[in-house]
Amino acid sequence: MAKILIANRLTDGLVVFYAVDGNWVESIATGQMTFDDAAADRLLAAGLADEHSNRVIDPRLIDVTKTAGKLIPAVLREAIRAHGPTIAVDRTL
Amino acid sequence: MYRYDEFDQTLINERAEQFRRQSARRLDGDINEDQFKPLRLMNGLYLQLHAYMLRVNVPYGCLSAHQLRRLAHIARRYDKGFGHFTTRQNIQFNWISLTDTPDIMTELAEVDMNTIQSSGNCVRNITADHYAGRARDEIEDPRVWCELLRQYSVLHPEFSYLPRKFKLALTGSPHDRAAVAVHDIGLRLHHDNQGRPGFEVIVGGGQGRTPVIGKTIRQWIEPRHVISYVEAILRVYNLYGRRDNIFKARIKILVNAIGIDKFRKLVDTEWEQIRDTGLQVSNTEFERINAHFLPPDYENLADQGDELAAKRTREPAFDAWMRSNVTGHKVPGYAIVNISLKAPGRIPGDISADKMEHVAALADQFSFGELRVNHRQNLTFVDVRQIDLYLLWEQLVALELATANIGLASDIIACPGLDYCALANARSIPIAQDISLHFANSGKLQQVGNLTINISGCMNACGHHHVGNIGILGVNKRGKEYFQLTLGGSADEHASLGIRLGRGLPRAEVPGAIERIVDTYLTIRQATETFLQTYRRIGIEPFREAVYGPVNVSRRVA
Repeated sequence: MAKILIANRLTDGLVVFYAVDGNWVESIATGQMTFDDAAADRLLAAGLADEHSNRVIDPRLIDVTKTAGKLIPAVLREAIRAHGPTIAVDRTL
Repeated sequence: MYRYDEFDQTLINERAEQFRRQSARRLDGDINEDQFKPLRLMNGLYLQLHAYMLRVNVPYGCLSAHQLRRLAHIARRYDKGFGHFTTRQNIQFNWISLTDTPDIMTELAEVDMNTIQSSGNCVRNITADHYAGRARDEIEDPRVWCELLRQYSVLHPEFSYLPRKFKLALTGSPHDRAAVAVHDIGLRLHHDNQGRPGFEVIVGGGQGRTPVIGKTIRQWIEPRHVISYVEAILRVYNLYGRRDNIFKARIKILVNAIGIDKFRKLVDTEWEQIRDTGLQVSNTEFERINAHFLPPDYENLADQGDELAAKRTREPAFDAWMRSNVTGHKVPGYAIVNISLKAPGRIPGDISADKMEHVAALADQFSFGELRVNHRQNLTFVDVRQIDLYLLWEQLVALELATANIGLASDIIACPGLDYCALANARSIPIAQDISLHFANSGKLQQVGNLTINISGCMNACGHHHVGNIGILGVNKRGKEYFQLTLGGSADEHASLGIRLGRGLPRAEVPGAIERIVDTYLTIRQATETFLQTYRRIGIEPFREAVYGPVNVSRRVA
């Protein structure tokens, strides 16, 4: 299964994904996907280096699938992290 | 209510500045996450699924309108414009930036608020009956003792690294609205056989993965000794509580392991040595704190019998609100008003910054500028003139804050669940929304009467599912969410833990199952029995059959 590198950004805690250019981005759609173990290892190593240099917290590889053109993490917890709370965000109350 | 003195203010200001330096060192890379995490947690800053979450203490649920306006400002400036009131009478902000947190702490300190010890293995925010000082059945106002215990336990060097977190709850009334039996220590003011007020001390209660109803360690203790007695308990726990296994570290495990009699002996031995030291609360100290809790300037008013009755007859919606949301006050002519944060389909405990400001204005206009947060995630005005009730109701209606459901089936407790919480296994809020909408559409709310439904997204039980008349626990089974129902829980003076009904259900089946349980109750209840009374009379089987079918059908537990 394809993998993507997810973490929380140190400064604001927001969920971020490792992108091709080595930056961390807030949208999973622009995160870098990997399809083989060697590439995944390299990706994780880059994430751990960024954790060490205090850019992100807890980088980890997660499984993702592409459904109707949208990247969806395989595990519900990570899907909620990637796409936000599933509840309606009507904050009038 | 209590106002910080110069000692409190200095301590809180220094703490905010200390955290400013700590977070700067983290952002500069001088300390890593492993080093920083315990520091931020000691200040209530968690890292949840989507962002940092900041938990702000509301000591024993007491909040001024001025403070609520500041919380609204924080929600708007630093978060996404809303906050979430919790079962521990606190408020949480879900989308906080680490870089903003020191400024937030400073802004909180300006209004006598803080986040100290809202996390970590220490004495947490002390909770209390939200009607404290106003309830008709109250023996004595517990808030003075809450405040004394707060001052005693904040940054106490001996108890900053307990085996696990430690929660105290107090009530001064026979009817327990503070769930004291499911806290590490519960303190219940009552009279001894000579009519003297004192505390019953309950120890080792709790929820989580090992739910326990607390045991009475001391039937009655003079209030002036309550701090030394609490210290004796904390010392025994600190010494003998397990530190090798986080799941066995709460005081309830220790009390169960050695038995309440042996635990009592250890505590009494410890207490003998400290009882008559400076921990004894002097009359001067009591009066110093009590001065903050003197009653407001009540007018000399009579109860509004006929006039209110006429308005209730004319306006059924006002009547429904009066029945469920308004309760008696110990002063004639006044009433206690609950503001439900549980409108159908809404998120239990959530409130927007705009609404916070409106509520603050109403508190100024109708309730001496103060309000309470209650552990069922609603707000309470404790000093409303009865002649103002109709006007207040009209204004709450305009704000969509007049839902008449306090204590009814849609007044659901729900933790943030998997939508926010890093510990959760399943979502809680959407289940609460499904059920409250279901009841709103069925029109059975008033007919069903008092019924507590409590939902937790994991076995840590922040949603108090063990003590809900109907409890719902979210579990994850092979990657999918299921919900286990329990029946018969109660958090009041006759506290009980719910019994598991059967295998977990997928989300879509939960509202239907609740409906079948409720319909069963409506069919078999006698006279004015509540759901809990019916359950206690007939047991779980009829409800089990209603949900899962006849007995011989497989009931594999999820």
